[in-house]
Amino acid sequence: MNCLHMEKSLIAYLDGKASAPERRTVESHLAECGECRERAEQFRLLWGALDEWTAPPPSQGFDAAVLARVAQEPARGGFWAWLLPSLPSARAAFALTALVVLSLWLSSMRPGRSPQVVVAQSGEVDFKMIEDLPVLEDYDVLSNFDALSDLPASSAPTSQVQPRL
Amino acid sequence: MARSDVQLMLDVKAGDELSFELLLHRYRTPVVHFLYRMVRDQATAEDLAQEVFLRVYRARAQYEPSAKFTTWMFRIATNLALNAKRDGRYRQLEVPIGPPGETPGGARETNDGQPPSVEVADGRRGIESELIARDRIAVIRRAIEALPEKQRAAVLLHKYREMGYDEISKVLQCSESALKSLLFRAYETLRIELAPLVESGPATAPRPKPKEVRTS
Repeated sequence: MNCLHMEKSLIAYLDGKASAPERRTVESHLAECGECRERAEQFRLLWGALDEWTAPPPSQGFDAAVLARVAQEPARGGFWAWLLPSLPSARAAFALTALVVLSLWLSSMRPGRSPQVVVAQSGEVDFKMIEDLPVLEDYDVLSNFDALSDLPASSAPTSQVQPRL
Repeated sequence: MARSDVQLMLDVKAGDELSFELLLHRYRTPVVHFLYRMVRDQATAEDLAQEVFLRVYRARAQYEPSAKFTTWMFRIATNLALNAKRDGRYRQLEVPIGPPGETPGGARETNDGQPPSVEVADGRRGIESELIARDRIAVIRRAIEALPEKQRAAVLLHKYREMGYDEISKVLQCSESALKSLLFRAYETLRIELAPLVESGPATAPRPKPKEVRTS
């Protein structure tokens, strides 16, 4: 063992909590290392000095203050304790579920957004398309400009169809 | 036969409020002492200790005896103290002379939490010894306060609470090996910082020092 290894073993040795092999190893090192031997002795003296710092006892009213705060805690098994789960993850799941249910309910309350109305609107569009079908059938005819090529060149002033730049 | 901490906590969980009072009576002094040394102010320490017990009470429904009760409780206390210091909710008070109830020279609080009887100093020499002793305590407090927070908590739990390595490492959530290194480095810093104080020895002739009360 060298001085660096004492970092893991010296405190337990001084506490009397080192295992037998560890104790023998530390004692062997202390026998040959004056610096670590001095450190070990100073640690013992230090611990004695640290005992000089005592802490004051709790004040007379400490227990009463704690018990008063405890008495203000909501009783277990009340309505909210039953309704709201206590674990954070369960609370989050509860809140998410409540949010989804609420949003679904709100969306169902809006008249223009109900699924039935959407279907009805869709049906109206379909009916309009059927009504306009003859016009749409004529679209092919109207969009076929090949017939225009049969016209005389003078009747098709090209200058007028040039796009303006 | 006294009920164990775990049994008391299970009884609290079952709705027995009296068991909570027994736990409070058993651990109020160690918890307040630990927090006092962490934050160095009695009023702040008591506020935080109240919060510790309140959190223990609030957690009763979820309590499972998977860990040692004191490990769990001191982890709450440590986290509260570190958070309080980090966010500056509590102003750390510098007390030039020991606060009420703190007496130098090894006088200890009694088991029932009552302040120790005040010893009347014997003349001028007694007053000087008292002042020197208080000065030594102030130096010790400052040296411990200057430690990095995890080292400070480790020293307080090891030296003043006399917790085992296994339990301290669980409170501080580190390995036992890391804890031993942490303690070594903390004591090495204190050894250097407090060398003059250690070499000069105590101000008064050493009096019998009973072990600090671990549970009361």
